[in-house]
Amino acid sequence: MDRDAAGAPDRGGTGRERWLDAAAGPVVRPYAVTRGRTRPNGEPLDIVTILVATGRRPAEPGRLSRQQRRMLALCRRPSALADLASDLDLPLGVIRVLAGDLLDSGLVDVQRWSPAPDPLNANPTGRPHAGAPHTDPNLLRKVLDELRAL
Amino acid sequence: MSSARSEPHPPEPDAPTDGASDGPADGSADGPRVALKILVAGGFGVGKTTLVGAVSEIRPLRTEEALTDVSVGVDDLDGVAAKTTTTVAMDFGRITLRDGVAIYLFGTPGQERFWFMWNELSLGALGAVVLADTRRLTASFASIDYFERKGTPFVVAVNCFDEADRYEPHEIRTALALDPHVPVLLCDARHATSAKEVLVSLVEHALRLVGGSRVQGAHP
Repeated sequence: MDRDAAGAPDRGGTGRERWLDAAAGPVVRPYAVTRGRTRPNGEPLDIVTILVATGRRPAEPGRLSRQQRRMLALCRRPSALADLASDLDLPLGVIRVLAGDLLDSGLVDVQRWSPAPDPLNANPTGRPHAGAPHTDPNLLRKVLDELRAL
Repeated sequence: MSSARSEPHPPEPDAPTDGASDGPADGSADGPRVALKILVAGGFGVGKTTLVGAVSEIRPLRTEEALTDVSVGVDDLDGVAAKTTTTVAMDFGRITLRDGVAIYLFGTPGQERFWFMWNELSLGALGAVVLADTRRLTASFASIDYFERKGTPFVVAVNCFDEADRYEPHEIRTALALDPHVPVLLCDARHATSAKEVLVSLVEHALRLVGGSRVQGAHP
């Protein structure tokens, strides 16, 4: 976006983002960030989906927006979408779209949850919980113990 | 969030300091491994933000109605141009437990026009706290109906405002026509201990519902 700055007559003038074409109409800034998209590719990510950088280098770093570079930096440590939206001060919908791009290009992964076998808290059947974390009795027991101890 | 207990695990290495980010300094050095959602619902002014703030550090979050609510194809600017967006601000808080477990608390706007957010938030949620004010019990009806329909585990916590009349939990239960298994408790949303008890009660309840009850005071 800086490449065409020399030819921009109204930089910071009218408040209209100059890289949008006029046909785009009165589009608010978040759409500019997502290049006009309102939906991420693929399944919508949950507000607490945890993203983590894969460590892969972007093939064309110049194609990443400033926000995506910041997001990628934050994801060096596993980060939930809600955290990213708050840290980057961007609406959640925008974060979803940007995160979708980073996922597509293999720069981040969704952190998958897998119940760790816990010998102290093994359930009576001995089977690991196969469902989602919020219905895993072992995880809920652990949460309960820790909440009580806070 | 520092704990005085003796930890069986070796201390975690310090987080790499990232000067640009204003990341949390609550011991979540390695970031969450698994995140659980808890919704805090209730009428306007009932103390949702207060409760979230009592047990966690409040952080602002914006979402946009048009971005999440309107189906528009990728790169379909025609669809976007005509839309007006409403930015919805909400609070959330995070409680970081050991071993990468994080609880995210979302204070959900009570008005019906924000219910599109509820659908998203309640999906896969551990459960919900319905905060009630005895002076305006009817303000909790919508939330209670919603979670009953969704099958989301919930507890009703009556925020005991100083100037409000006190009622016993069983009176509240009757007034709200709650199922006998739904926990009802009195709380003071300003105090961490009280707010924590509400969350403990919710997790106990959720645990009973998934059949993992091995909890003190659990019903047979």
